[in-house]
Amino acid sequence: MCMYDFIIIGAGVVGAFIARKLSRYETNVLLIEKENDVGNVTSNANSAIIHSGYDPVPGTLKAKLNVLGNKMYDQVCSDLDVKMEKIGSLTVATSEEQMKMFDELLIRSKVNGVEVRLVNQDELRKMEPNISPNALGALFAPSAGIIDPFNLVIHCVENAVDNGVTLKLNEEVSSIEEKDGVFFVKTNKNTYQGKIVINAAGLGSEKVARMIEDVDWNLIPRKGEYFVLDHYKKGFVNHTIFPLPSAKGKGVLVSPTSSGDYIVGPSSEPVEDASDFSTDLFTLNNVKAQALDLVPNIPFVHQIRVFSGIRPTTTRHDFIIESSDKYKNFINVAGIESPGFVSSPAIAEYVFDNIISKLVSLKEKANYNPKVRPYVCLNDLSSEERNFYINKNKDYGTMICSCEKVSLGEIKDLFTRSVPPRSIKGVKRRVRAGYGKCQGGFCSPKVALILAKKLNCSPLDINYDNIGSNVLLEEVKK
Amino acid sequence: MKEVSLVIIGGGSAGMAAAIEAKKNGVDDILILEKDNDLGGILNQCIHNGFGLTEFKEELSGPEYLSRFVKQVEELHIPYRLNSLVLNITKDKVVTYSNDKEGVVCLKAKAIIFATGCYERGAGAISLPGSRCSGIITAGVAQKYLNIHGYLAGKRVVILGSGDIGLIMARRLTLEGAKVLCVSEIMPYSNGLNRNIAQCLNDFNIPLYLSRSVSKVIGKNRVEKVILSQVDEKMQFIPGTEMEFECDTLLLSIGLIPYVSLLNNIDCEMSSTKGAKVNDYLETNIDGIFACGNCLHVHDVVDFVTDEGREAGRNAALYIKGLIKNSNDHITVTNGNGIGYVVPQKIENLDHESLTFKFRVRKPVNNVRVVFKSNETEVASFIRPVLIPSEMVMLKLNKEQLSKITSKELTVSLEER
Repeated sequence: MCMYDFIIIGAGVVGAFIARKLSRYETNVLLIEKENDVGNVTSNANSAIIHSGYDPVPGTLKAKLNVLGNKMYDQVCSDLDVKMEKIGSLTVATSEEQMKMFDELLIRSKVNGVEVRLVNQDELRKMEPNISPNALGALFAPSAGIIDPFNLVIHCVENAVDNGVTLKLNEEVSSIEEKDGVFFVKTNKNTYQGKIVINAAGLGSEKVARMIEDVDWNLIPRKGEYFVLDHYKKGFVNHTIFPLPSAKGKGVLVSPTSSGDYIVGPSSEPVEDASDFSTDLFTLNNVKAQALDLVPNIPFVHQIRVFSGIRPTTTRHDFIIESSDKYKNFINVAGIESPGFVSSPAIAEYVFDNIISKLVSLKEKANYNPKVRPYVCLNDLSSEERNFYINKNKDYGTMICSCEKVSLGEIKDLFTRSVPPRSIKGVKRRVRAGYGKCQGGFCSPKVALILAKKLNCSPLDINYDNIGSNVLLEEVKK
Repeated sequence: MKEVSLVIIGGGSAGMAAAIEAKKNGVDDILILEKDNDLGGILNQCIHNGFGLTEFKEELSGPEYLSRFVKQVEELHIPYRLNSLVLNITKDKVVTYSNDKEGVVCLKAKAIIFATGCYERGAGAISLPGSRCSGIITAGVAQKYLNIHGYLAGKRVVILGSGDIGLIMARRLTLEGAKVLCVSEIMPYSNGLNRNIAQCLNDFNIPLYLSRSVSKVIGKNRVEKVILSQVDEKMQFIPGTEMEFECDTLLLSIGLIPYVSLLNNIDCEMSSTKGAKVNDYLETNIDGIFACGNCLHVHDVVDFVTDEGREAGRNAALYIKGLIKNSNDHITVTNGNGIGYVVPQKIENLDHESLTFKFRVRKPVNNVRVVFKSNETEVASFIRPVLIPSEMVMLKLNKEQLSKITSKELTVSLEER
């Protein structure tokens, strides 16, 4: 049985950044994930916004880490080769009463240290020609951005693995025992020994925390349902448009995404079952109605997908980042709800500076490399640049996904990486093959066959997502 | 930059017919760009019979039908490129495509014909309620897996939507040993051809439930259950009408949509069919860019696609020779009462021997008059005992009828008799 210095449970955005942070140091780290891919649950289904941080209640961890996280993203995305654009957010008031709420938000922004300014109706209309005529003004936060949430986590774990972290997928932790300062972490496949355990299990974090001791908080999974509209044209909206925040959260936003699509949502309802990602028409119609209040002519004819994500909110209503009462070497990083995504790199720093560095002293690696090997994204290139790559490798000339214009070469490159895809969804999340207008109608059979070849298995063993989500059931009698 | 007279995007039935006809009309310099590894498009996977009744007066399978056109393309030495996806086009008709042999190529064309076919509407577009697990698959994808690659995507199957591909797949899956539990259609009538309902459902005792749709898909990794509920006139689910089916697959046959995203980048005017708006030459509002086949409006019979392809090929040849004069003063054709859409949407020139209008009715109707009116004056009318949305209607106005169009408006509508 191998002994690890650190065992991180959960390879979502939080676990990924903590793993990457630890991979800088001379220490051995195990990252365990129950899914068939990293970043596959809450990190996979959210608004993908790098929030500015003007609205969390000042003094909370959310406020502090959001603002710090936001500032880290330029460097993070440059190191990890992830698409991110600081397009700015507009929080829009549609009544005089709402206009008055800006006073409070301006104070919050100031305390949180976030640059914002009020824009009047004329300027708002110039910035967003499709905004509702009822919109009277908005709070503009230029540091808010949009990001590719899939590749952020994937590249972050890839970078951690490149720097020595061990990743285990499809292993779900079933129990943890402590004996003489060592944790025995049992999964469905193995038992691992670790000196320090970090619980970054997202929706499973309460369950994992309670494997060690009773905790004074409960997880309240909160589901959000969304629409995705195809990138039929640019500029329908140019910023992330929010209503004013309420007790239920940031409300239904309308925003471009980093891939040029448009996203509308989320709803926000507590749910019993944190594994039920179903969507329903009643909720979606509600989302639609709220979005149309802000932007009246959203072209839902271009709707290509609906999805839901579940946020791990807790009874504490703030991020929970602390050692367990009983074991200083067991660290809970839980309740990372919105603005969790943007906060994550700062959460990793916080966990390291405030907890880990007080437990152990670590030496920096001499050969740590913060960067992933750059990805070739043909859509960002000119014809000449494309031909440069095609001359080197003709697979870059063979197109697999016609909607998103993804080449065979880009898909094959994924299998040379340290966190390769293992499912159709895994390919889709990495290169967008199947994310377009036809939703994989044209390319999913091709992708399934490429996967079978690369994973050296029968097409019958190809999963859409997790193990057991097989796409094909039987070979036809010949 | 290399120049070509005519680039045809898409080497399916519309594109091949267009190429052959353009060549016969004197265009020598043609290039067909096909994204797949064979000419023929979707017909490659349509191994059932029923193609060619109008075109060849015989019943052929998809591959048999397409091979007759491939043969002509070869005999006429019309160049084509396979595995070649068009990445971009511009208003001044520069076409950029990519393949593994030539890399990325930019061509300047005198004319372009869009023959890019259609794609299947998926679960996300209709906000399909419930889980988004594996086992929710469109009929065409399941057909491709089965007929091209030899794999069954489902063994206990519920089909949503009674479009023709769904019906054909009900039969095909049954013949391969799968159990098709039912076909559910949200409308109070079927959207497939009558012959397909008889041959694909009735012959195999597969029930067709009308005014019923999926109110929930249940399943963790793979579909486990599908719940169907009755809908009212407003398409709302009626509580208490649930029917539960244990199955591993939900097959979707819920509509086809013209696949023309390349036109979005060049300000092409689009119609309610989600294809381009075209004039009496099948030309879009972008000079020299034509559209035909399923990327213009979805056809129910391939023979009509071929015919429309030929028309586009002929017109592109006229255009290249400078024989089409656009007036910029066109007549607008609108769909009136009871009509879903009409192609063409514009008329540039009334000086035709005849002009065919293609349209679909919004819902099934009996004993109606189809009336063409211009300036409140009746130009022509046709009596039809039955019209149903699943069958495209084609009506031809002759020279004399066309001469009665005196205003800039032509409306096609249904009137009761």
